[in-house]
Amino acid sequence: MTDETSQLLSDTAEKLFSDHVTKNCIIDAEKGTWPDELWSEVIANGFNLILVPEELDGVGGNWMNAGILFKALGRYQAPIPLAENIVASYILSLAGISQPTDSILTILNGAFVAENDLLSGSSPRTPFASYSTHGVVLYKDGSDLKVGLIEIDKNNLKDNSNIALENRGHIELDKVSFIENSKVDCDSNLVKKLGALMRSNQMAGALESILTQSVRYANERIQFGRPIGKFQAIQQDLAVLSTHVAASSVAADYACSSMDKGNPDFAIAVAKSRIDDAVSVGAGIAHQVHGAIGFTYEHGLHFATRRLWAWRAEYGSGSEWSKVLGEKAISNGADKFWPSITQGDLDI
Amino acid sequence: MNIPFNFRLTDFPVEAETLRLEVREFLSSALVDVPKETRAETWYGADEGFSRKVGERGWIGLSWPTEYGGSGRSAMERYVVLEEMLTAGAPVGAHWIADRQSGPLIIRYGTPEQQEKILPGILKGETYFCIGMSEPDSGSDLAALRTKAEKKGDKYIVNGTKLWTSGAQRCQYMIALFRTSKEEDRHGGFSQFIVDLSLPGVTIRPIIDLAGRHHFNEVVFEDVEVPETMLVGKEGDGWNQVTAELALERSGPERYLSSYALLQELIKEFSERNDYEGVTEIGRQMAHLTTLRQMSVSVAGMLNDGENPALEASVVKDLGAVFEQDLPNIAHRLMDLEPDNQGNDFQKYLAILTQISPSFSLRGGTREILRGIIARGLGLR
Repeated sequence: MTDETSQLLSDTAEKLFSDHVTKNCIIDAEKGTWPDELWSEVIANGFNLILVPEELDGVGGNWMNAGILFKALGRYQAPIPLAENIVASYILSLAGISQPTDSILTILNGAFVAENDLLSGSSPRTPFASYSTHGVVLYKDGSDLKVGLIEIDKNNLKDNSNIALENRGHIELDKVSFIENSKVDCDSNLVKKLGALMRSNQMAGALESILTQSVRYANERIQFGRPIGKFQAIQQDLAVLSTHVAASSVAADYACSSMDKGNPDFAIAVAKSRIDDAVSVGAGIAHQVHGAIGFTYEHGLHFATRRLWAWRAEYGSGSEWSKVLGEKAISNGADKFWPSITQGDLDI
Repeated sequence: MNIPFNFRLTDFPVEAETLRLEVREFLSSALVDVPKETRAETWYGADEGFSRKVGERGWIGLSWPTEYGGSGRSAMERYVVLEEMLTAGAPVGAHWIADRQSGPLIIRYGTPEQQEKILPGILKGETYFCIGMSEPDSGSDLAALRTKAEKKGDKYIVNGTKLWTSGAQRCQYMIALFRTSKEEDRHGGFSQFIVDLSLPGVTIRPIIDLAGRHHFNEVVFEDVEVPETMLVGKEGDGWNQVTAELALERSGPERYLSSYALLQELIKEFSERNDYEGVTEIGRQMAHLTTLRQMSVSVAGMLNDGENPALEASVVKDLGAVFEQDLPNIAHRLMDLEPDNQGNDFQKYLAILTQISPSFSLRGGTREILRGIIARGLGLR
């Protein structure tokens, strides 16, 4: 995609989400209503197929393009599994498997064993499992790494949700057959890495949202005869929040760009680690600035902050990814520390 | 509101990566005799012999246009030279200011005569500059400065005092901001000058910092006669010229690498002990450092493209200073070693950086001022 098509993608997503992701849409979704209209629009625009090559009837975009959508999802707190469907359809495309018509995909993440092309194992906290028709799974079959597509059977599924009330189902598989499966040549830890990548980008978007909400509120809320945003204490806090928002956006972009360059391990770990810190500081400041009103369900700030608190722990916490970085840095030794940063690579 | 800043990622061109290897090769032999204490100070550590060697390689004024004697290379290549020097602990302090901002200022606003007289010495690593902005009653409130330059014939007569002038004792010149007229407008009536510090009436007095080092100075001007030919740019335009300099001053790799040596020593200690305690913290700092670097490189890319990323530069400097200041405390928490000037390398770095880290959020614009600038960018003031 060129810069212009990226801009077009960004504008289209902004328009679509600002039209359709209303407060009521999010509230209804939290009560268990599937946002049918929103999802239909997303599918009609082919957003879910952004990473699928054109020869497999996809859009043929790159990870920087996908990052635009991930961030927009976070910015609007859109209650749909678009990020998951983008990643799931990408994983399917790696194995040359086409996505069934009108399917809604989820990504299975857990420990699996395959015997005679029958899959067993469990996938705890599977995103939007209850609304998904199919699951995509990356698993080991002997010495082969394979991608499988299965149907989601509600009998194998126990409902749950994260603290943002996004559906996270527990899937238990006992000798389930595949609709299709195929060998794939990729990183065996790909699901977790791509999960961390998409959540990092979504968090970067949600952090932008809490910054814009907080600045708007600070300019509107009058105390002591003037908008609270005129007080230096508030200004300094919001400046700090904005520096973390900026850092998160850069870290998320860096991960996408490294993915496009085919060397993402370092950058994904950096993003999930850095943005986790941004969430801890940033969500705190946003709530502090909003005062009591931001603590109510009525006010919408929590749609973003609860997602941030949930997402920072999904697909590995910041600490877990920090550990990945730190262990490598220490075993590589001090002399390789700087070169590994300039090359964006821990295996040097 | 929209987010008022935009850090788009910038890649280094291939030639910058080639240059990186040349710089690493050069530093591997050039730094052998540089003591740890000097390395720990990065761009405050000065060694004139080293600066001349850097000049010989053509790495001062690297991105200046060739008609001014520069190498005409990109800002991205210059960035690579800087970050490699800083992470290696090279004593770049003598030529740092002249290379970073005085030279570019003279190229942009200076007269051909000023350019001919001064730029060659900077390029050789022999002519050094300091910055004369702060005064006894004018710190963060720069517009309150009082040092006067009064026009008399073909000279300006300067009276007043500059304070906290880093490195003045070894510099031939100061780029000084003086008041040239009284203006209603708080930001009017200032002008920039190149002041030869050997002129009669200039007195440089050391101010010893809390670590016992001599970096700061008080520079007193008593009826100093500065030729009018040393006015930089237009009389009365000083404020705008200074503001334009700040983006150069606030976003470079020196704004987050000041404590780098300590982080590297920390990793060395862990590696040698085969001790993985604190591994998460090391990784966390690596994530912060990498992100800051991407942000700072992004600003370099914008500068290279002729944009004015003043707000982005303030964001980098604020976050960078927080990072640099956290490191000594983190190093202290992770290791049961005392800061000790006579101890091992880690202890030496810890001793120096613990003491000098408060300055990281003071120099080049205090934390409060930077956050005020950011708040203005957010539409809060």
